Amino acid sequence: MLGEGIIQGLVETARNFFGSYVEKERLTTIQFPEERRELPEASRVFPFLLYDGSDPTQGLRCVSCQICEKECPPRCIHIEKSKDKKPDFVGKQQFYPAVFDIDVSVCMSCQICVEVCPFDAIRMDKEFELSTSDRFDGLLWTKEQLARPNEYYQKIHPEEAAETDGRREKEMADAKAKAAAAAAAAAARAAAAAGEASANGAAGNGAAAPKTPAPASKVSQ
Amino acid sequence: MTTAGALDQIFVTVDHWLVAKTPAPFQTLVAVVIPVAAIIVVFATLFALTTILERKGLGRIQNRYGPNRVGPYGIFQPLADAVKSLTKEDIVPRVADHVVHYLAPLVLVAAAFLAYAVLPVGKNMTAVNLDAGVLFFFAIGAATELAVFMAGWSSRNKYSLLGAMRAIAQMISYEIPLILSSVAVIMISGTLSTTAIVDQQAHYSGIFPHWNVFTPWGLAGFILFMIAATAETNRSPFDLPEGESEIIAGYFIEYSGFKFALFFLAEYLEMFAVSGLGITLFLGGWSAPLSFLAILPSWFWFFTKLLVLIMAFIWVRGTLPRLRMDQLMNFAWKFMLPMTLIVIFAAGLWRFLTPVFAAQGALGVVIRWLVCGAVIAVPYLLLARVLEQGRKIEKRTYRYAE
Repeated sequence: MLGEGIIQGLVETARNFFGSYVEKERLTTIQFPEERRELPEASRVFPFLLYDGSDPTQGLRCVSCQICEKECPPRCIHIEKSKDKKPDFVGKQQFYPAVFDIDVSVCMSCQICVEVCPFDAIRMDKEFELSTSDRFDGLLWTKEQLARPNEYYQKIHPEEAAETDGRREKEMADAKAKAAAAAAAAAARAAAAAGEASANGAAGNGAAAPKTPAPASKVSQ
Repeated sequence: MTTAGALDQIFVTVDHWLVAKTPAPFQTLVAVVIPVAAIIVVFATLFALTTILERKGLGRIQNRYGPNRVGPYGIFQPLADAVKSLTKEDIVPRVADHVVHYLAPLVLVAAAFLAYAVLPVGKNMTAVNLDAGVLFFFAIGAATELAVFMAGWSSRNKYSLLGAMRAIAQMISYEIPLILSSVAVIMISGTLSTTAIVDQQAHYSGIFPHWNVFTPWGLAGFILFMIAATAETNRSPFDLPEGESEIIAGYFIEYSGFKFALFFLAEYLEMFAVSGLGITLFLGGWSAPLSFLAILPSWFWFFTKLLVLIMAFIWVRGTLPRLRMDQLMNFAWKFMLPMTLIVIFAAGLWRFLTPVFAAQGALGVVIRWLVCGAVIAVPYLLLARVLEQGRKIEKRTYRYAE
């Protein structure tokens, strides 16, 4: 009959109206600032720079290879390479960024900088409440503002961080083993050199001898 | 005078006292200004109250909380809205007709407020007791269409003009059933004065009142009146002139800040006014629903009924989707118009059957009810059947797209 559907609709909305006062599970909205839904692991907003240890200026992983700067589609990253070098986590001498700026008003959150970084130095943050009253300096983040400790990364992206940390530990262990092997070889050579005075050593060992001390001395720095 | 009577007449007494206290040369002026000021203050406050009620109600209908940030449970939201609309920039399009663009919201609000002049909001509480009160009401109601078209035309915007054209087409189409459904009441009461119409309904058989809605023609007339009123005030499901998803905001698309708020105010004022007329014509105006409840003041009952009708408007808005233009016009001319004519006929029948069955007592009342009810119900069912024939739901076929 004409009007029947309207009555049914009115009954349905009345049920919603009164039901929302009785059954709390009907109300699907989350009252945002007080209640927060946890963001998914893979959510991303803007990049940040990772550092090891406690000092952001010393421990910054970035070696200013500038790959991210070149790959960035909207070109929001600006890097200036340092003149001097610092040892990285495996003890290798590396450059570090004298200036590392990200213009977040330009950044499009594509994560390409993260994908291309060979040093696990740049990652995506989940922080999204970033409004500022200064649209120039407030949106140009320097390396001091971008630096975050590794613990922060482990907190916001646990799975990714575990993978990265595992890989880096293995690299570090490899470097250590290599250094240890080199040190052992040097020690053996030293022993051999000492023995040479009393007895004739192998000529082949003696030829390689000048090369090997270099990595060992780097580790000791 | 009893306490209940004194409370009932408190505003009238205060009005008379204030007029008596003013110096003689200004008495006429003050006597005019007081009711006007009262109407503006009361109904503008009701507008603020309704905006928050509507937003909360719609929220609950959609399983949300609605506004709940400003003050406890968000009850101060209207204040925040007022501050916002007053501080926003007033933008006028460069190519707009500035004078007309400026005047449109003012004319609309003025016309909306003028309609309250003839509404009896309580016993002895009609601002102007005109002999042709109902006629005045509809004449002023038609003036709002002018303002709507002024707004749509002067903005020089395609969407606003479309919205204005839609508004005019809709308002003119639905004005006919609106007026015809009130003609039934006018026929029975034999007067155009709103005060007299309420007085005729404000007496009781036992404890039950003699409201027009408690007759077959009154019930049908009331439903038709409220449907036409919904269309007349551009409220959902008849909000085509505003149609957010189609023409953004319709005729007030180029208005911002306080002028935009004025359009909103006028829209709600029209809704209150037309609900008030519906109460006056069908729901016994300020009279209490049961005789012993008359100890509560008359104005209390008027505003209670008004709030109930506002709730019904909100409920319907939260339920029904917007009509299409052809559905709107078909509904007006194929359903509303024939039904209102039948209601007028039933009202006439009721009037002439009253003396015929007067001798039979209660049996006479039952026969009258059955005859008049059948006169309305049978054409309704036939009309419904005819109208539903045309809309069999079939699988949709496309000529070119497949």
